[in-house]
Amino acid sequence: MLDTSLSPLPPVVHGAGDPMLPVKTRIVDRKQETADTFTIELEFENGSEFTFAPGQFNMLYTFGTGEVPISISGTPGTSKNIVHTIRDVGVVTSALSGLNVGDKVGLRGPFGTYWPIESCKGKDIVIAAGGIGLAPIRPVIRHVMENRDDYGRFIILYGARTPEDILYPEELGQYKSNLDVEVWVTVDRADRSWRGHVGVITTMITGAGFEPEKVAAFVCGPEIMMHFVIMNMNRLGVTNDQIYVSMERNMQCAIGRCGHCQWGTEFVCKDGPVYRFDKVEHLFNIRQL
Amino acid sequence: MELRPRSFAGQLKADQLNSLIDALLDQGYRVIAPVKRDAAITLAEIRTSESLPQGWGDEQQPGSFRLTDRGDTEYFGFAVGAGSFKQYLFPSRRKLLDIDRHDMSMTKVEDTEKPLAFLGARACDLDAIAIQDRVFMGSDFVDPFYAKRRNECIIIAVNCHRPSSTCFCTDAGKGPECRSGFDVALTEVGVDDDHRFLVETGSEKGTALVNNLDLEATTEADDAARQEIIDRAVAAMQPALPDTDIPALLKAATESPRWESIAERCLNCANCTLSCPTCFCSGIEDVTDLDGTHAERWQTWSSCFTMDHSYIHGGSIRRIGASRYRQWLTHKMSFWVDQFGMSGCTGCGRCVTWCPVGIDIREELRGFAGDALEATTNEEATA
Ligand SMILES: Cc1cc2nc3c(=O)[nH]c(=O)nc-3n(C[C@H](O)[C@H](O)[C@H](O)COP(=O)(O)OP(=O)(O)OC[C@H]3O[C@@H](n4cnc5c(N)ncnc54)[C@H](O)[C@@H]3O)c2cc1C
Ligand code: SF4
Ligand code: SF4
Ligand code: FES
Repeated sequence: MLDTSLSPLPPVVHGAGDPMLPVKTRIVDRKQETADTFTIELEFENGSEFTFAPGQFNMLYTFGTGEVPISISGTPGTSKNIVHTIRDVGVVTSALSGLNVGDKVGLRGPFGTYWPIESCKGKDIVIAAGGIGLAPIRPVIRHVMENRDDYGRFIILYGARTPEDILYPEELGQYKSNLDVEVWVTVDRADRSWRGHVGVITTMITGAGFEPEKVAAFVCGPEIMMHFVIMNMNRLGVTNDQIYVSMERNMQCAIGRCGHCQWGTEFVCKDGPVYRFDKVEHLFNIRQL
Repeated sequence: MELRPRSFAGQLKADQLNSLIDALLDQGYRVIAPVKRDAAITLAEIRTSESLPQGWGDEQQPGSFRLTDRGDTEYFGFAVGAGSFKQYLFPSRRKLLDIDRHDMSMTKVEDTEKPLAFLGARACDLDAIAIQDRVFMGSDFVDPFYAKRRNECIIIAVNCHRPSSTCFCTDAGKGPECRSGFDVALTEVGVDDDHRFLVETGSEKGTALVNNLDLEATTEADDAARQEIIDRAVAAMQPALPDTDIPALLKAATESPRWESIAERCLNCANCTLSCPTCFCSGIEDVTDLDGTHAERWQTWSSCFTMDHSYIHGGSIRRIGASRYRQWLTHKMSFWVDQFGMSGCTGCGRCVTWCPVGIDIREELRGFAGDALEATTNEEATA
C-alpha cells in the first residue's frame, strides 16, 4: 500500500464529496493521560470504517469553537475506532478536553503524508520524540511491535518535560520489557521519584550506539528539538535521506487551499506533514519561513 | 508585432452596447462591470451601459489612483481598478455551514446566486482567473463553490489600450492582448468617428451569445485597427522586471537585508494581498448565536501580512515584518511556480497602486537583481 516516495495517498472524502464538510463522530472512550493531555476514541455515527497511514492527521471540529489538526495515534490500518491524543493548549483543544463519552466531534480526514514504514522494512528503526510528539509517532511504534520480524533493531528515544508529563508510560514500559526493544526516556526536570535520565533527548542519541547505515529515523517534536536530534544523528553518520520529520504549521483547510500552512514551496497539509529530511533541509534552516 | 489575420464574429456599434448587456440579462446573468464610484473605478453589478465609466480615464502611480475626465465617449478607456473579479468567484466572506447544537447536524450553505457575466475583463484579469482556476480546481480537492460559479460564468473581455504607469502585464503576464480565457473579446475602436466594438469569440458559449446580436460585418482594415490598439498598449508600458530568473533570484535572497529595508516602509496593512487578483489565502471563523444552540462556519480572506496567518500554539512563525513581506513577494514570484507551475503575478499593478506608502514590487525586484549582480561582480573581482 505504501510506497517509498512519500507521495500523498489518494484523497479520501468522507463528507459527502465536500472535503470541507466535517463528518459526525461520537466519543466512545476518553482517558486522561497526563495533567494536560488526554486520549479520545471516536467512531463515525454512520458506522463507517476509517483507514489511515501512520503520521496522517484529521481536522477535529468542536461545536462553535473551531477546528484543529490532530494526528491519528492509534494502530494504523482500517478500523472503526479513531484514536487521538491531544494536549490542551488553547481554545479548541480545551473545548475538546471538556467533552465526554457520547459527545459529538466533527471530523475531516485523513490528510497528509505518512511515515514510510513499508519501505523501511529491514531497517533499524530509531524513533526520537519530544513531548506531545510521541502521539503522532505511536502508530509507527505499534506497527513495528506488531510486525517485529520485518525490522531490525528498534530504538525509542523520548523526552518529556517532567516525569508527570511522560505520555503512554504503561505502553512504553511494556515495550521496554521486550528484550529486543530499547526504550530511552529522559526528562528536562526531574522530581525525587525519578531515577532515569535527566537532560535533553540529544544526550541519549550517542548512548544508543546504532549502526548508522542501517538506520531509518523518525523524528517528531518541537523544531528546535528536531534540529538538535538531526545534528547528533548526522554526527553519528546517519544521513539526511534516512531521517523523516513531521512539521507543524497553522492549518485551516488541510487540502492545500487556505494557504496558512505554507512553508516555502510546501503546503505542509498535503505535501507533508511527514518529510524525508534531505528534501526540506534547505527550508528547515531558514528562519521565520 | 506581426499582424495576425483575425476572424471577427462581426462588429457592434457603440450605441448598440446595451444589446449585448440585454442579451446577458435575458439569459439570466448578473452582469458585473467597471463603474465609477467615489474617486475610483471599481466593479459592480450593472443593468445598462450607462453605468460604465464612459469618458473617464485613470492615472495610477505607486500609492495613488486618480480619475481623469477625458470627456470623450470611450467606454473602456482606463486600466484596472481596485477590485477584481476574484471577489465574485471567491468572495471575501462566505458562510460554509450552519450547525445545530442538538445533534450537531451540519447544513451546507448552497450558492443561490445567478450565473455571473464579467464585462470588461482585461488580459491580466483573464490571467488571474486562469491562475485561481489552478488553485481552486486544479487539485484532487476541487472547491465546489468556486467551480460552480466559474463553470457558469461568461467572460466578455476587452483589449486594453490605455495601460497605467503601474501596469506591467507584458513583463509578468500574457497581456495586454486577450488571447485566451474569454468567451467574447471586444476591441473598442474609432471613438472619434466610427465608434464600435470589434467582436471575437473564444468559446461556444460566446458564439451562442453573439449569435443573438445584430452584428455588422467587419472590413479588412479592422485587423489593423485592432492591432493598433494592442501596439499602443505595448508601447505605453516600460520594461519593468529585471531580465533574470526571478524565481531563482528570490530563492537565493531569503537572508537578504533588503527585506528589512522594505519592512521599514511597509505598514503591514495587507492592501496588496487583498487587492491582488490571485491571492487565495482564507481562514475559517466559527461563530455561535447568543443562546449557543446554533453555530456557523465562515470562510474569510486572510493575508500573510497578519500575525494570525502563521500562528501556532506558542507564537506566530513569521513574527517580524521582514519575514511577512518576504512571504508575500517570494510566494507570488517564486514559490508559486513550484506549487502551481505558473507565476502568481499577472502584472496588473494593483498592489503597487493601492499600497498606501507606494512600495513598488517592480522596483524591489530590480533591487534584488542589482544586489545579486553586485555580489557576482565582487566575487569575480576577488577571484
Ligand atoms: C499536522 C499536525 C498534527 C498535530 N497533531 C497533534 C496531536 O496529535 N496532538 C496535539 O495535542 N496537538 C497536535 N497538533 C497541534 C494542534 O493542532 C494545536 O495544539 C492546536 O491547533 C491548538 O489549537 P487551540 O485552539 O487549542 O489553541 P490556540 O492557541 O487557542 O489556537 C488558536 C488557533 O490557532 C491555530 N493553531 C494554534 N496552534 C496550532 C498548531 N500547533 N498547529 C496548527 N494550528 C494551530 C488553530 O487554528 C487554533 O484553533 C498538531 C498540529 C499539526 C499541524
Ligand atoms: S502581485 Fe501585484 S501586480 Fe502581480 S497580480 Fe498581484 S496585485 Fe497584480
Ligand atoms: S501567502 Fe500571502 S502572497 Fe501568498 S496567496 Fe496568501 S496572502 Fe497572497
Ligand atoms: S492547511 Fe490550508 S493550505 Fe494547508
